[in-house]
Amino acid sequence: MSFLKLTDLSKSFGDLQAVRNLDLSVEKGEFVSLLGPSGCGKTTTLQMIAGFLEVSSGSIALDGRDITHLKPNRRGLGVVFQSYALFPHMSVGDNVRFGLEMRGIDRKESEERVREALSLVRLDALAHRFPRELSGGQRQRVALARAIVIAPPVLLLDEPMSNLDAKLREDMQFELRTIQRRIGTTTVMVTHDQSEALSISDRVVVMEAGRITQIDTPYRAYERPENRFVSQFIGKANLLAGTVLVNDGEEIRIDLGHDVVAVGRSALSANGHGEPSAGDTVTVCIRPEKVKLCASSHGRVAATVTSRFFLGSQWLYRVASPLGEVLVCCQNEGGEPIAEGELVGVDWTNDAVRFVATETRQ
Amino acid sequence: MTSVASKPSQPARAESAPAVTASQPSASTAAPWRAYMPLWLASAPAFVLFATLVFVPLGMTLILTFYRFDPTSGPIAAFQLGNYIEVVSSPYYQTIFARTFGIAFVTTVACVAIGAPEAYVLSRMRDPWRALFLLVILAPLLVSVVVRAFGWSMLLNTNGLVNQAFALFGLGPYKLEYTSFAIVIALVHVMLPFMVIPVWTALQRLDPQTEQAALSLMATPWVTLYRIVLPQVMPGILSGSLMVFGLSASAFAIPGLLGGRRLKMAATAVYDQFLGSLDWPLGATIALLLLAANLAVMLTYYRVLERRYARSMG
Repeated sequence: MSFLKLTDLSKSFGDLQAVRNLDLSVEKGEFVSLLGPSGCGKTTTLQMIAGFLEVSSGSIALDGRDITHLKPNRRGLGVVFQSYALFPHMSVGDNVRFGLEMRGIDRKESEERVREALSLVRLDALAHRFPRELSGGQRQRVALARAIVIAPPVLLLDEPMSNLDAKLREDMQFELRTIQRRIGTTTVMVTHDQSEALSISDRVVVMEAGRITQIDTPYRAYERPENRFVSQFIGKANLLAGTVLVNDGEEIRIDLGHDVVAVGRSALSANGHGEPSAGDTVTVCIRPEKVKLCASSHGRVAATVTSRFFLGSQWLYRVASPLGEVLVCCQNEGGEPIAEGELVGVDWTNDAVRFVATETRQ
Repeated sequence: MTSVASKPSQPARAESAPAVTASQPSASTAAPWRAYMPLWLASAPAFVLFATLVFVPLGMTLILTFYRFDPTSGPIAAFQLGNYIEVVSSPYYQTIFARTFGIAFVTTVACVAIGAPEAYVLSRMRDPWRALFLLVILAPLLVSVVVRAFGWSMLLNTNGLVNQAFALFGLGPYKLEYTSFAIVIALVHVMLPFMVIPVWTALQRLDPQTEQAALSLMATPWVTLYRIVLPQVMPGILSGSLMVFGLSASAFAIPGLLGGRRLKMAATAVYDQFLGSLDWPLGATIALLLLAANLAVMLTYYRVLERRYARSMG
């Protein structure tokens, strides 16, 4: 029995179908991210869980109880908003206390719980400040404290990090995950930032155009994207088109053109489109860090480095090959990087090949 | 109200402007004439106009308050405080001032009670309706105050529509015209835009997610309105009520037409002294005392409320 269960959930605004037939089960204590580009329906889904939006059809159940048509102020869920939505006329302490006050918890106990929540987000010293006297990161933590102080059954986070700068965002992601682990609150987070979703969630729900395209652990979603969209949205991907030469149940050989043959293990093609058979047109995905650059005489195909980007721990090369442009990500091992314009060979191991799209030839 | 004026901008900042162009001789010919002109000089014409139109008449009125009045020969130049003593000590003028500020206060309270919810409803409306209702609220400003006062007079007089409606239920007729009640109703009608617009502006700045946040914390919609929305629009209500109070206390046309000859407010009393009794010094004294009292009330109100919201609302 899952803790939070969305069944066949749909929402339309006039002609626009924002969310279509969405099914999702979240276990108790789990951290789930709804991930997708803007307009994919992830925020709409969160708003329906929170009760701010009426459901068009389908149902939402929390701990076995149907809450589909419950007013938001009767659901008792913790929500952290993108704008933080702190009450500007109340001090930090009063902001956090508000939810306890609404629940009729007596002064003494609420003081204690406010102090606990504020120390959890390391803001004990700022309880008397007003929101406008805080920095962005501090406001974000107040919003988090305000949502968790009520010990909600589910914590909903709506793009909580999008207003923070990169460094702070990384710190907050780490902190958010630590806090969530410590208090064990079931959490649903909406984000368009794939690295954020990958780094802090137990499972990611990738959405596109109102539908779920893949639900998986971050590692599996990255390693086994089910389709072209997921492979490109999560991480970087080299997508190569080819034709299946042979599928013997063990190995699949694909002709990528230009005398290049890729070999994939059939067991690793995890998509739901069935095994490709000989003659099918397929798209394979090879992650940039699984592509190796070597001397031009070696490798599967020769290529020229067109540009390179230094990322600190890594070098990202763009190389022009007969197969098209390929992204290659190499560890920075301290040596001289490969110069632009240099001739190189491109290679990969058979394990790196993933099928993301199959078109069956009739 | 009118004397709460802006000072001309400080001149000091602009003095160094010509030095910038001096270092580039070739460019100096292309520099606009404005570059050579300090800001205080540039704003001088407007300042002179403003000073002439506001401060000179005000100063002359102030001097006039010290004059003596003789019924046969008119105002006589003098310096004495007799006029002030007369206005302050006479129960007749005390009543007028009490009525003036009482009516202004009731009007302000009514405008807050009607205008603030109206602005909230307005901010929640969708667009074709919002534009329409905003126009309806602003419409009173487009009609001459005299026309509007006569309109209310027709509605409220003994044979007017309101009394005809009462008659259907066997009530009345009531004396509605020439009462404080009529003045308050007409003033509220005129002043509502001055309340709705600042509150509406404050609501535009309000993050709608704060309401959702309050709901998610199990506040009922009413508690949300009272605890979250209202405090955030308080600065708008504050500035709106300052405008409404100031304009109501110094209103002239509406009390003049709907209050009749006997129910006087300060502004109509001033008019009577100037044009009825021709006692200009006494009229000027009432006018200046109205101005001073108005300023005192408004500044106190502003100080008290502003201090409460300054820290949190900026």
